[in-house]
Amino acid sequence: MAHPVNGRGSMNRKPTFKPGTVKRFLKYITKYFKKELIIVMITIILSSVATVFSSVMIQKIIDEVINPGLANGMSSVYVILIKYITIMIVVFLIGIISTFIHPRIMAIVTQGMLCRFRVDMFEKMQKLPIKYYDTHPHGEIMSTYTNDTDALRQLIGQVIPQIFQSLITAIAVVTMMIGYSLWLSLIVFVIIISMLQIVKKIASGSATYMVKQQKSIAAEEGFVEEFINGQKVVKVFNYEPNAKKSFDEFNEQLFKDSEKANTYSNILMPIMGNVGNIMYVIVAFIGGIFIIGNVFNLSILGYSTLTIGIVVAYLTFVRSLSQTVGRISSQIGMIMMGLAGASRIFELLDETPEEDSGYVTLVNFERDLQGNIVETNIRNNQWAWKHPHSETGVIEYVELKGDIVMENVDFAYKEGEEVLHDINIYAYAGQKIALVGATGAGKTTITNLLNRFYDIPDGKIRYDGINIRKIKKPDLRKSLGIVLQDINLFTGTVIDNIRYGRLDATDSECIEAAKKANAHDFITRLPNGYETILNGNGSNLSQGQRQLLSIARAEVADTPVMILDEATSSIDTRTEALVQKGMDELMKGRTVFVIAHRLSTVRNSDAIMVMDHGRIIERGTHDQLIKQKGTYYQLYTGAFELE
Amino acid sequence: MKKGMISQYKVLVKSIREYKKQTLLTPALVIIEVVIEVLIPLIMAEMINQMTGDTMKPIYYFGTVLIIMAVSSLLAGMFAGKYAATASAGFAKNLRKDIFYKIQDYSFHEIDKFSSSSLVTRLTTDVTNSQQAFQMIIRIAIRTPLMMVFAFIMAYTISWKMAMIFVVIVPALGLGLALILVKVFPIFQKIFKKYDRLNNSVQENVSGIRVVKSFVREDFENENFEKAAKDVRNDFTKAEKIIALNNPLMVFSTYLVTVLIAYFGSTMIINSQSLDLTTGELSSLVTYSVMILMSVMMFSMVFVMIAISAESVNRIAEVLETESTLDPNPNGDVTVRDGSIDFKDVSFSYSKDQSKYVLQDINLSIKSGETIGVLGVTGSAKSTLVQLIPRLYDTSCGEVLVGGKNVKDYELHSLRDAVAFVLQKNVLFSGTIAENIRWGNKDASLEEVKEAARLACADEFIDQLPKTYDSYIERGGTNVSGGQKQRLCIARALIKKPKIIIFDDSTSAIDTKTNAKITEQMAMTLPNTTKIIIAQRVASIQSADRIVIIESGRIVAFDTHENLIKTNESYQETYNSQTNTAGGDE
Repeated sequence: MAHPVNGRGSMNRKPTFKPGTVKRFLKYITKYFKKELIIVMITIILSSVATVFSSVMIQKIIDEVINPGLANGMSSVYVILIKYITIMIVVFLIGIISTFIHPRIMAIVTQGMLCRFRVDMFEKMQKLPIKYYDTHPHGEIMSTYTNDTDALRQLIGQVIPQIFQSLITAIAVVTMMIGYSLWLSLIVFVIIISMLQIVKKIASGSATYMVKQQKSIAAEEGFVEEFINGQKVVKVFNYEPNAKKSFDEFNEQLFKDSEKANTYSNILMPIMGNVGNIMYVIVAFIGGIFIIGNVFNLSILGYSTLTIGIVVAYLTFVRSLSQTVGRISSQIGMIMMGLAGASRIFELLDETPEEDSGYVTLVNFERDLQGNIVETNIRNNQWAWKHPHSETGVIEYVELKGDIVMENVDFAYKEGEEVLHDINIYAYAGQKIALVGATGAGKTTITNLLNRFYDIPDGKIRYDGINIRKIKKPDLRKSLGIVLQDINLFTGTVIDNIRYGRLDATDSECIEAAKKANAHDFITRLPNGYETILNGNGSNLSQGQRQLLSIARAEVADTPVMILDEATSSIDTRTEALVQKGMDELMKGRTVFVIAHRLSTVRNSDAIMVMDHGRIIERGTHDQLIKQKGTYYQLYTGAFELE
Repeated sequence: MKKGMISQYKVLVKSIREYKKQTLLTPALVIIEVVIEVLIPLIMAEMINQMTGDTMKPIYYFGTVLIIMAVSSLLAGMFAGKYAATASAGFAKNLRKDIFYKIQDYSFHEIDKFSSSSLVTRLTTDVTNSQQAFQMIIRIAIRTPLMMVFAFIMAYTISWKMAMIFVVIVPALGLGLALILVKVFPIFQKIFKKYDRLNNSVQENVSGIRVVKSFVREDFENENFEKAAKDVRNDFTKAEKIIALNNPLMVFSTYLVTVLIAYFGSTMIINSQSLDLTTGELSSLVTYSVMILMSVMMFSMVFVMIAISAESVNRIAEVLETESTLDPNPNGDVTVRDGSIDFKDVSFSYSKDQSKYVLQDINLSIKSGETIGVLGVTGSAKSTLVQLIPRLYDTSCGEVLVGGKNVKDYELHSLRDAVAFVLQKNVLFSGTIAENIRWGNKDASLEEVKEAARLACADEFIDQLPKTYDSYIERGGTNVSGGQKQRLCIARALIKKPKIIIFDDSTSAIDTKTNAKITEQMAMTLPNTTKIIIAQRVASIQSADRIVIIESGRIVAFDTHENLIKTNESYQETYNSQTNTAGGDE
C-alpha cells in the first residue's frame, strides 16, 4: 500500500494549468497582501516613469541646451542646463527610492505567500483521507512542495513585477507611437504580430523538447538509481559491461533531447533582438519614403507632413518596444511553469477532506456513590464514551473497555472490486485476535476499517457496542494503538519520538514505556541516550531498534485496543527476541488485532482468523485449527511463509 | 573546500572531448555577436544623422549595412546558442558517462565510502548544475565582460574624457554588487539547509500519515510545521531584502552616469563647438553606458551561478579522482580449478587503521564441494569473512586461496564468475523474470532458466503468474514478495553453475521447509560446488557438513552440528531458544 517516495516524481508533468487559475491566484494574493501590492504597483510605475523620463530628458537637453548653446555660447544656456540637471536628479531620486522599495516589499509578499501556501497545503494534507495517500504517488505530493512552490516563487518574486514593468513601458511607448504617427504604428504592429508568431513557434518547440527532456531525465535518473543502488549485485555478477551499454542508451537519448531543448531556449534572445533591429531599419526605410513622397502623417493630434524629427523620435520608440516584447517573451516559459505550479497547488487545496460526522466522544469519568458514571475534567486514565442521543436528548456514558465486533463486513476500495467478503469477528475486551493469510488476503484492510482510514456503511463495526461511524474519528483513533510494519519515526530526539504516542507523557513515563518495550537498553547505549537526534526516519538505527521504538511509542499511548502488524523483515535473533518480548508486553491486558507472522504470536491467540482472498476461511484457537487439519494445519506444518 | 578548485575544474574539463569544436566556436561566435551588437547603435546614430529628407541614399546605404549586421548578428547569435546547447549537453553526457563508468570500476570499498544515494545525486543533480554552469561560462560569462570591454572601447573612442566616468563608476558598482553577494551567500547556504529540513518534515508526514492519523497528531504537526515554515519565511525575506539592494544600486549607477553624461557632455559639446563630442555621439554614450552597466550586473549574476555550482563540481571531481583500491589483475589466471577455500592468517579492517580489525587471525580450510554453515550475531563480521572469497574486499593481511591459488592471482572477473554470491541486501532489476535470472548467464536457454528456478524453488510461483517467465518485475522488485524475491536471487546465482556459492543471510524470508528443499536440491545437482550459508536460524544450517561459529571477528568453533551441540555452549543456547519459540518447524 505504501508508495516509494521519489522526489522526482513530477519530472514529466506538463506545463499546463486549469482555466481560472490566474484569477484565483490573483485573488489569493490580493487577499493577504492588498496594501503591499498597491505600494508595489505605484513604485513600479514611478520607477518606469523615471526610466522613460531619462531618454526624454536627454532629447530635451539636446534640443533646448546643446543646439542653442552651440549657436549662442555656454553662458546663454547654463541656467537651463542646471535646471534640467536638477529636474533629472529629483526624478531619478524618486526612481531610485521606488526601486529601493518595490523589490523589498515583493520579497515580503513572495515569501509571505509561499509560507501561506505551504501552511495551507500542509493543513489540508493533514485533513485528507488515507485514500488520497494510497492513490497518489508520494513523490508527486512532495513535488507540490518543492518544484511547484519554487516555480511559484519565481512567478511572484520576479516574473510578475517584471511583466508589470514591461507592460507599463509598452503601454507608454505604444501611446506615444500612436501619438506620433498612425501609419508607422500600423506597420510596427504588423511586424510585432509576426514577431509574436516567431515567439510562439519557438516557445512551442521549446515546450515540446522541455517535456521530452524532462522525460528522458526521469528515465535516465530511474536507471541510474536502480543500478547504483544495485551496484553490488552488478559487481558480483560481472555485469559492468552490460550496465555501461544500457546506460549509454539512456544517456544518448537525454543528450539529444537536452541539446534540442537548450537550443530552442538559447536562440530566442538573438532572434528577438535582431528582428528588433531589422524592424528598426524597415521603419527608417518606410519613414524615409514617406518623407520624400510627402505623405500626410495621420496621428491622434491631427495630420501634417511627416518630418525627420518625427521619424527619429519614432525610431527610439521602435527600439524600446522591441526590447520590451523580447523581455516579455523570454518570461513566457516561467509564467507557464508558475501557473502550472499554482494550478497543482490549488488542486491539492481543493481535495475533499476526510469526512467525520461522528458525535460520540471520549471523556474522563468518575463514579459517584451509586456507581454511576460522571464526567470529569481530571485526567485520571478512566475513559468513557459520551453518547448523546439526539431524539431523546439523553446523554449516555459507556465505559471504554475495548470490545470490538465486526458483522457481515464487505468492503471494496474501488467500486466493483470487493476485497472483503462477509467478515465476522468478535473480539471481547482483552482478547487477542490473530489474522493470518497471504499478502492480499485482506488483513490490512480489516485494520484500515477499524480505525476508519476507510469507511464502510453503517452499523457493521461496533466498539463497546457503539457504531464506530458515530464516534468522532480523533476520539476513535485515540482509543486504538497501532504498530505498523513500515515504521515511521520523525526527526527529533528519541524521547520525542516515544512521546509521540501521548504528548503529555512525562519523561519518566516515556522511559517506563521504553523499558517495557525492551528499548531502554539500546537507547541508553546511544551517544546521547534519550536525547539522541534521529534523522531520516531513524536511519541511524537498525531495523530492530526502530521496531522497539515504535512499540514504546504505542506503549506510552496506553490504549485499550491495539492493532499490531508484525514485521517480517529479517533482524538478528537476539533483537528479534527483544522485539517479541516487547510486543508480548504491549499485548498484555488489551484487545489486540495482530497481523501475525510468528508462530508464537499465533499460538497464544484467543482466536485465529485464517484469511484467503478477502474471506475468513477458518477460525478458532490453535488447537482447534490443528485438529481441523485444514489450511491452517497445512500452513503450520508446512512451516510458515505467509508473506 | 575552496582549495584546489582550479584543479577540480581541470578534472571536469577532460569530459569535453568531441565537443571541443562547439565549445570553442561558441565564444568565437559570441565575440562576433557582441562586436556587431556594440556597433549597431553607432550605425543607427549615423543613419539618423544623415537622414536629411532629400534623398533616400543614406537610408539605402545604412539600411543595407544595418540589415547585413542584424542578419550576421542573428546568425552568429543563433549558432552560438545552438553550439552552446550542443557543447553543454555533450559535456554533460560525457560527464555522466565518465562518472557512471568510474563507478562501475569501483570496488565495494568505494561504493560504501560514497554511499549509493550520494552517488546518484552526483550523477544527476550535480551534473545538471555543472552543465548549466558550463553553458553559462562559454556563453554569458564570455559575453558580459566582452560586451563591457567593447562598449568601453567605443565610449573611449568617442571621448576618452567621458569614458573616465565609467572608470570610476564600474568598479564602484562591481564592489557594491560583490559586497551584497558576500553578505548574502552564507545566509542563503544556511537557509537552504533549513528549507531542506522543512521539506523533509513534509516528506516524513506524507510517508508517516498513518502514524499521524492513528495518534491523532494532526494539530500537533500543523503547529510544528507552521512554526518551521514561518522561520524559513523570515530568513528568506531577510536574505531577499539584501539581494533586492541590487536593483537600487544598479538604477543609481545608471542614473548617475546619465546625469554626468548629460552635464559634462553638453558642456563639452558647447565649449568645443562639437569638436570633442557631437550630439549623436552623446546619445551613443548613453546607449553604451546602459550596455556597460547591464554587463556588470549580468556578470555578477553569472558569478553567483558559478559559485553555486562549485559544490557540485567539487563532488563530481571527487568521484572522478577516486581510484578503485582493488586491482582487477587483467593478466591473472582465468581458470579456477575447484571450489576449495583456504584462509591463512587473515585479518581485515575496513579502514587503514589496523587497530580496527573486524576479522582477526582467521584460519580455515574448506574442501571443494563441502557445505559450510556460518553462524554469529549481528556485527560478528560473518559477512565480511565470506566477502573476501570473491574479492569484494581484499584482506589487510594474510591470504585467501581459492582452488589452491591466492585470489589476487586470478583475473578478477574470472574469479567472480566462479564464485556466486547471493547478497543479503539483494535487488532485482526492472525487466522480465527470465531476464533477471539470466543475469547469472546471459546465454542461458529457457530450459536452463527454468532449471535454475526449479532449484531455487521459484518455479511454483512463477508458473502461477499469467505470463510466467515473461512476467515483468517492477523497479526494485516491488511487485514480488520478500520470499519470492530471495528465491529469484538464488536462481540468478545458481544459473552460473559456480564452483563456490555463498548465501549471505539471503533466505530470511523463505520458510524453513523450502529452505531445506533448496539445500537438498543443490546438494544433488551441484555436488562439486562448495556451498557457504550464513543464516540467523540454526535450522537453516544444521544440515551443513560443518559449521563455523564466529564471535567478534574470530572463529570460535568449526565443527559438525552434532559435535557443536555437545561441545559449544552458545550454539546450544541459540539452538534451544530457536527450536523452542519456533517449535513447530519440524
